[in-house]
Amino acid sequence: MEVTNLTKHYGELVAVDHISFQVKKGELFGFLGPNAAGKTTTIRMLTGVIKPDGGIASVFDYDVLREGLKTRQLMGIVPEMANAYVDLSAWNNLMLIGELYGVPKSLRRERATRLLKEFGLYERKNHLVRGYSRGMKQKLLLCMALINEPQILFLDEPTSGLDVESQRLIRDMIRDFNKNGVTVFLTTHNMDEANQLCDRIAIINHGKIAAIDSPERLRLRSSGLQSIEVSFDKEVGMEELKFHGVNEAKKMGDKLRLYVDEPSVVIEKLLDFARSKKLKIITLNTLAPTLEDVFLKLVKEG
Amino acid sequence: METNHYWEQFTRSFAIVKKNIRIYYSKGPVIIFGLLVPFFLFLSFYIGRSMPVEALIPGLLGMTAFFTATSVGPAIVPWEARAKTLERLISSPLSIWTIFLGDVLSSFLFGALVSIFPIIVGLCIGVQIANPLILGFGVVLATFCFASFSILLSAYPPTDTPASIMMLSSMVKFPLVFISGIFIPIEELPAWGKIISSISPLTYFTDLARYSIQGNSYYPIELDLTALVAFAIIFLVTAIKIHERTMQKRL
Repeated sequence: MEVTNLTKHYGELVAVDHISFQVKKGELFGFLGPNAAGKTTTIRMLTGVIKPDGGIASVFDYDVLREGLKTRQLMGIVPEMANAYVDLSAWNNLMLIGELYGVPKSLRRERATRLLKEFGLYERKNHLVRGYSRGMKQKLLLCMALINEPQILFLDEPTSGLDVESQRLIRDMIRDFNKNGVTVFLTTHNMDEANQLCDRIAIINHGKIAAIDSPERLRLRSSGLQSIEVSFDKEVGMEELKFHGVNEAKKMGDKLRLYVDEPSVVIEKLLDFARSKKLKIITLNTLAPTLEDVFLKLVKEG
Repeated sequence: METNHYWEQFTRSFAIVKKNIRIYYSKGPVIIFGLLVPFFLFLSFYIGRSMPVEALIPGLLGMTAFFTATSVGPAIVPWEARAKTLERLISSPLSIWTIFLGDVLSSFLFGALVSIFPIIVGLCIGVQIANPLILGFGVVLATFCFASFSILLSAYPPTDTPASIMMLSSMVKFPLVFISGIFIPIEELPAWGKIISSISPLTYFTDLARYSIQGNSYYPIELDLTALVAFAIIFLVTAIKIHERTMQKRL
């Protein structure tokens, strides 16, 4: 997938502002951002729901705007704001979507049976979706996205609001589809989810891409976010630890966290400080920044 | 290749039809505006008047076909916008024509099937149908035309409140019933009434039904058929064009 200068305005508001990125075939690509950053608007433009005001997007070399039918035929979509038909059963929802994608009858019955069994919905396949829990509806939406065996899967906040067990099941499924060669475009604001699942992540804020890289590289390249966690046998004031090289000091329970640029330099200073004050160091850990730290920093900068 | 593409889209519109039949035929507003309202309207007109049944059945048939074929269409798009299922359809590999053709066909089927009842009632009470083929063809053509009209009714304003569209469509539909020769034959209307009645598609179907049952019509039968075809095309094309323009506002 190739996106160049994609733009969308809602009146005065620039919801998506000239964003460009590429997603490789078979990649699991995360699209992270705070609320109203432009994630859903982007996914809706890529899936042909709304028209961009500018820019180009192509999926498997088909132009999303001009060759919408061809691109949508290759996609499976779990939209954030769309529903299954609550007045139909899970089975009829799957048959409908299969038919809309032109899946032959015997194949869609076979796939629907397999998917409903995999997601644990088979026993209730003939019940109206109206009576399903949120987790069940979300699983059904995934089944509906997979009935046409898509080459690219768009998932807009697929685990949002689900219990831990359902979240884990859906994440495992996403991983499995990706292993089988399906390209996945995942929007989320769950850092842990993005960190666990994605090959690469784009961080979007105020409609602009703030960074694109692998989760590890994003963490490593964020200077000033590395930290040292230390605790002593006696109480120490935070003011005493503001050495040169310490950007910020925070009390975290019985430990102190120091945000630094160069951990090795500050560790030596900490050892000298402990010796001079006759303090015993109980714990001393260096911590790489979490993806959440990176995300918050980028969002703040944006 | 292109023929395949159009055929593929056409077959997919039947999936929309099946979905609409399962979901919308039993919805309250469809039952109320499509069956109950025309039934009681007809009763209020019929009771206490001494009219030959041959004169009543064309009117009953016209009203039934018109109200039933226009009752499903206006409900679908606002309903789907509200239930957040419209986005699901738009993101599927369907052209906007496919979606609305499916909606028109489901409205058409509802209208055509329910329109059989007044014909059966007529036959049961001894009404002779002079031209059954013309009547059958007319019912199919008229219900398709009215179904296309029903999609036009839901095109603007782009609301997600089915009740608003049902009310607005009633404001359009009721006056049409009164000017279309159902209660008063066209030949008895004043000159200005005849001019107004000529802009209603229902006029031509009622005229066609009178010809098929009573053997006489105000307009030539060819004109009735041509007018119904022309109205169907105009309604369908206009409705889809407006829906295309307003769709983004619904999503």
